[in-house]
Amino acid sequence: MDTPRQEPQIKIRARKLSFFYEGGHQALFENDLDIPERRITAVIGPSGCGKSTHLRTYNRIYSLHRGQRAEGEVLLDGQNILDPKTDLLTLRRRVGMIFQKPTPFPMSVFDNVAYPLRLHFKLGRKEIEERVEAALQGASLWDEVKDQLRKSGLALSGGQQQRLCIARAIAAEPEVLLMDEPTSAIDPVATLKIEDLVLRLRERFTIVIVTHNMQQAARISDRTAFFYKGRIVEVGPTKQIFTAPREKKTEEYITGRFG
Amino acid sequence: MRDRFNFEIESLKQRLLDLATSADRALVRALRAVDGSAPADDARSVIASDAAIDAEEVAIEEECLKLMALYQPVAGDLRLIVTILKVNGEIERVADMASNIAARAIDMAEAHVPPEARFDFAPMLERAHKMLRGALDAFVCHRSDLARKIILEDDAVDALNAAHYANARDRLLKDPALANYTLDCVTVSHCIERIADIATNICEDVVYLEEGQIVRHQKRIQA
Amino acid sequence: METIERPVVAERPAAPQADGPTLVGLGRPPYKTLFWRKLQDNLVQGFSVAALALAVGVMVWILATILIRGSEALSWDFLTTVSAPHGFKGGIGNALVGTLYVTLFAALIAVPPAICAGIWLAEFGKRSRLADTLRFSANVMMGMPSIVVGLFVYMILVVPMGANSGLAGSVALAILMFPVVMRTTEDMLMMVPDTLRESGLALGLTRCRVTLQIICRAARNGMVTGVLLAVARVSGETAPLLFTAQFAKGWPTHFFTGPTANIPVLINDYGMSNFEDLQTAGWGASLVIAALVLSINIIARVAFRDKKD
Repeated sequence: MDTPRQEPQIKIRARKLSFFYEGGHQALFENDLDIPERRITAVIGPSGCGKSTHLRTYNRIYSLHRGQRAEGEVLLDGQNILDPKTDLLTLRRRVGMIFQKPTPFPMSVFDNVAYPLRLHFKLGRKEIEERVEAALQGASLWDEVKDQLRKSGLALSGGQQQRLCIARAIAAEPEVLLMDEPTSAIDPVATLKIEDLVLRLRERFTIVIVTHNMQQAARISDRTAFFYKGRIVEVGPTKQIFTAPREKKTEEYITGRFG
Repeated sequence: MRDRFNFEIESLKQRLLDLATSADRALVRALRAVDGSAPADDARSVIASDAAIDAEEVAIEEECLKLMALYQPVAGDLRLIVTILKVNGEIERVADMASNIAARAIDMAEAHVPPEARFDFAPMLERAHKMLRGALDAFVCHRSDLARKIILEDDAVDALNAAHYANARDRLLKDPALANYTLDCVTVSHCIERIADIATNICEDVVYLEEGQIVRHQKRIQA
Repeated sequence: METIERPVVAERPAAPQADGPTLVGLGRPPYKTLFWRKLQDNLVQGFSVAALALAVGVMVWILATILIRGSEALSWDFLTTVSAPHGFKGGIGNALVGTLYVTLFAALIAVPPAICAGIWLAEFGKRSRLADTLRFSANVMMGMPSIVVGLFVYMILVVPMGANSGLAGSVALAILMFPVVMRTTEDMLMMVPDTLRESGLALGLTRCRVTLQIICRAARNGMVTGVLLAVARVSGETAPLLFTAQFAKGWPTHFFTGPTANIPVLINDYGMSNFEDLQTAGWGASLVIAALVLSINIIARVAFRDKKD
């Protein structure tokens, strides 16, 4: 997947990132990770290894839950977003997120995508319509829903719902897209569609994708990070991780000897 | 599934080594035929056995493709299957070389060359054969260090081959009556040199298998 | 050249044989008889069906009795004329309107704060001490005998005001409704998956917007159902109204200051009377209130069922 472009900038730098759940249970141990700009970084590892937890610090979505806290630094364009002074609404406009289960809002397809537009931008009706169409096009969903924009977002199929969520996320014009196992609740054909979509989105966004599906990580990502028990065991170009990993633990995991 | 895959790949490895044993045996017999210590019939049986080796090579390749399609191996598993696939092809070529040498040996036996005028392939043979066995040992025992050493041996065999060529050129000028025999010897020398090359290739595959690093063509760049 | 001691190509270990442990067969032992297992199965099934038949039978019996006895009294006049004492031709019009007043006003008092409390419990209070206390007291209130609530309102409202009133009845019913609506609201909101909250927040929405515009919308049907079921439940309550709304012979014109006619108390009074015409009217009123409660239940369950498509 490596294209011979110039070395990408680093968009997000995690430094000594530790994470604690309620009651002091430590889930991450001093993670250091660089996320290159406009590349796809895959995060793999067995269940409970902290990969989702790590991802959820990038937009501080964990702060919804009581007693969870992160230590260390997460630098987005050099600025530490774990700083309590960070404005969460701005942060989350810049860093979008897609979840494991599709989460369309209980409103029409159109309103789902228009919601973040109305929220963040001063736009006229016409402009909103244009941008909704563009976002749905961008999420490869327009052709399937253009005649049913007034229909409830919940009426779409699972794969369509997930692409609707991607459309909604990219409508807000984020810089980074976090994807937390975006295809684990979706059938194989829809999964391939979403993978194609993710590869296209790479042109515009920095993408971090947590996945249980190792073939998926191998297919779409430029770099892969392997997590185990809250620590980053190995990070490297995906090609290298899947042909010749340096760490024994990585090898054991990706060849299915545990996990 | 993991157990099943391990079992399948272990069996595949065993089949590959069986194939290597057959090819090795064919080579030994062909070489004995060249130095006259075995009858020409042995040489004919080497040529006849090549078909079976070819068939097994195809069967092993199909098995490799099947495992790749069914298990989509990655990392060490992927490297092992790819190495088996490549070593399999190399071994088939060893068998080809053996039957080439055997064919030459039959002609050479009919030439009735006086013993003192015969080419002495023994030193070159011994080296090339040792390299081949060493390469297969390195493969079985996961010894990439050994493989790297064997790669360096190739130059010595190349030098011996060059010496045979020079010798043959002198002979052709000095004793044109034995031209047929001399040309056969050039072919045999070339075949033995190819076997050393094959051993080198296998060693390079072993280094890739064990270290995940492609070392092919590097030696030639250095040399 | 370094060599390996044991030449591998010449002599090798045998190929691995099977994968995993082999299954040991012990042969097939004689079969047990199936008689007891089948008997047990039939018995359990028989008991379940019998219990179901009993429950449904009692319900059908009640409905049939109300329907047969009540339909005698039922007519348009019966529904629209004012109640009258024994010997005079009267209806239940004033009680019907009174019940609507009392119940709707109770809903007006109880539902908004109950929904707010439910939202707070589900979205913000969660497992905090205050939230747990609130939940516990709601449970206590739900288990409270309704006559106690009636007495309580009598003490705090009727006695100081010096008169029974429809308002007091509404307050009593509101007290009964509040915990029910609060808990169903909370339950419905809790059923909305956390990822919906997270995906709202992840788009840069404030907590308030996520709650009001997304979560409440997602739980809307469940919440409406909860309110309707609570209304249906309290609209037939008699005990809290005995001391509060009491009863009035005329139309409910003094809802806030005077006794207000209502169906449950009417049924109570007429049912205990010795006159056959009043008893018949009581059955008619029973049929009306039963039909009312039943239809609210059906509307709640059918019209506001969460549709998947």
